[in-house]
Amino acid sequence: MKLVRDTWIVFRRYFGKSLSSLPYMGVSLAQPVLYLVLFAPLLNSVADMPGFPGGGAYNVFVPGLLVQLGLFSATSGGWGLIAEVRAGVIERLRVTPASRAALLLGRTLRDVIMLVVQAALIVMASVPFGLTLRLPGLLLAFGLMALIALLMASISYAAALWLRDENTFGAIVFSSTLPLLLLSGVLLPMSLAPTWLQHVAAFNPLLYAVDAQRALFANQIGDVSVLKGFLAVGGLAVLAVAAAARSFGRAVA
Amino acid sequence: MMKSAIQARGLRRTFASRRGEVEAVAGIDLDVPSGAIFGFLGPNGAGKTTTLRMLTTLLPPTAGSGAVAGFDLRAQPHKVRERIGYVGQAGGTDHSVTGRAELVFQSRLYGLSAGDARRRAAELLTAFELESCADRATETYSGGQRRRLDIALGLVHRPEVLFLDEPTTGLDPQSRARMWDEVRHLREGGTTVFLTTHYLEEADALCDQLAIIDHGRIVAEGTPDELKRAVAGDVITLGVQDPQIALQLLNDRSLVRDHDPLSPHSESLRVYVDDGEAALPAIIRVLDERGVPLETISLSRPSLDDVFLRQTGRKLREEAA
Repeated sequence: MKLVRDTWIVFRRYFGKSLSSLPYMGVSLAQPVLYLVLFAPLLNSVADMPGFPGGGAYNVFVPGLLVQLGLFSATSGGWGLIAEVRAGVIERLRVTPASRAALLLGRTLRDVIMLVVQAALIVMASVPFGLTLRLPGLLLAFGLMALIALLMASISYAAALWLRDENTFGAIVFSSTLPLLLLSGVLLPMSLAPTWLQHVAAFNPLLYAVDAQRALFANQIGDVSVLKGFLAVGGLAVLAVAAAARSFGRAVA
Repeated sequence: MMKSAIQARGLRRTFASRRGEVEAVAGIDLDVPSGAIFGFLGPNGAGKTTTLRMLTTLLPPTAGSGAVAGFDLRAQPHKVRERIGYVGQAGGTDHSVTGRAELVFQSRLYGLSAGDARRRAAELLTAFELESCADRATETYSGGQRRRLDIALGLVHRPEVLFLDEPTTGLDPQSRARMWDEVRHLREGGTTVFLTTHYLEEADALCDQLAIIDHGRIVAEGTPDELKRAVAGDVITLGVQDPQIALQLLNDRSLVRDHDPLSPHSESLRVYVDDGEAALPAIIRVLDERGVPLETISLSRPSLDDVFLRQTGRKLREEAA
């Protein structure tokens, strides 16, 4: 009960902070549309290439774009956290009787909501281009989006608390997100990859997330890739949340 | 009898480093009476902040025990947190948030309802004269305003014990004097204040009790007067034509504890006594009886700087720079 109350209070603060920052909101909302506008012209020609999965260019592309958005925007939470550690905000919060887990979950919930809103914008903007929507699949797809945001934000926060340094954190974010993205099949389908690369990609949870999202946007709810995606992302999200909550509870020495 | 607001026994903290274990706090005992202003002094790296972090539940002790506001640090950190306020060196306000929003948020975290939190925030904004900037982002605040907001944040739940980590560092003299008044005001309300400082005159002016920590150990503690007396005694400077004879007379009667080296041709003598007020008339009487003409006599107290120098072999201010 206290966890829920405290999480809500912490969420309200960070969500309010985001809402009141016009540049932040502007970039957050423009970013997905920008992705769409820039990538859309490339799509139609790529879709005709051999090895590209079937099902309509946008139904293949948009699910990948959503995963990419999750990867990029949720990982950025760590920057703000490092600044807060430096300003003493985190220390101040840790001396209050607030639930330690709530201090993490409240801000993560903000990240999840922001991402779901961004995702909804992309989906709506894609409909005129030919994206087809079917309800059960769409709802599950958003559920998976929320899990991806939870996973990425938690990893980002745990890393930020561990590193405490914007430069190192930035280097790690930039050097890890691109390989993860390439090996997830978002930009180019992994079916085009040589066998050894496919084996490497098999360790990337985002690959399963992308496959699951594509199945869901095709409304193939029963597809085994959906189950795999939820298990991979959900399982890791549980671990990541636990690790990040632990970092919050531990001393910020 | 007054209960202890803060009690520590053998409190110890080590950190792992590349060169092995580093002992930041080497087992300290503390007793801070309820309602006192307690000053914790020490050079940088002496273990001040580590001690503070242990007492505020931010850092678990490696060994030893402590109780704050009547609750054990290890067994009931949650109970301790409900009863203490903490204002860190960095302050801890978010620069993009308004002072009012920070106070409401902080109050909510301490369990106040939304309505109570708003009322408490308004109360504190008035008390700390922050109404004019209450609804501006804290990045627009002056140093003094921000520090007052920091303190207000530590007080939303009316804590029994307030910890202040270098509350006046970086403030101009006027804001510093203002802050001293706020701290004294808290004591009047019954709050125990535990503060660290780099400024000895601050410790001297503000604190009822002091402890000096160096290399993780408490090297001296007591009231500012006790500390000064224990370390150096009071200083009496005598203007006499022959300091040698005067010193001989005073030593014969065991009136002085120590003296500064005599310099040839000097007509002054500096002696150290345990209790200056009592020693002064006795000294005058002895010299008068023996017909030693006394031209001037003055009594002064050693400063805390002297105390610190004697206890740690260092000057505090150099460390602060």
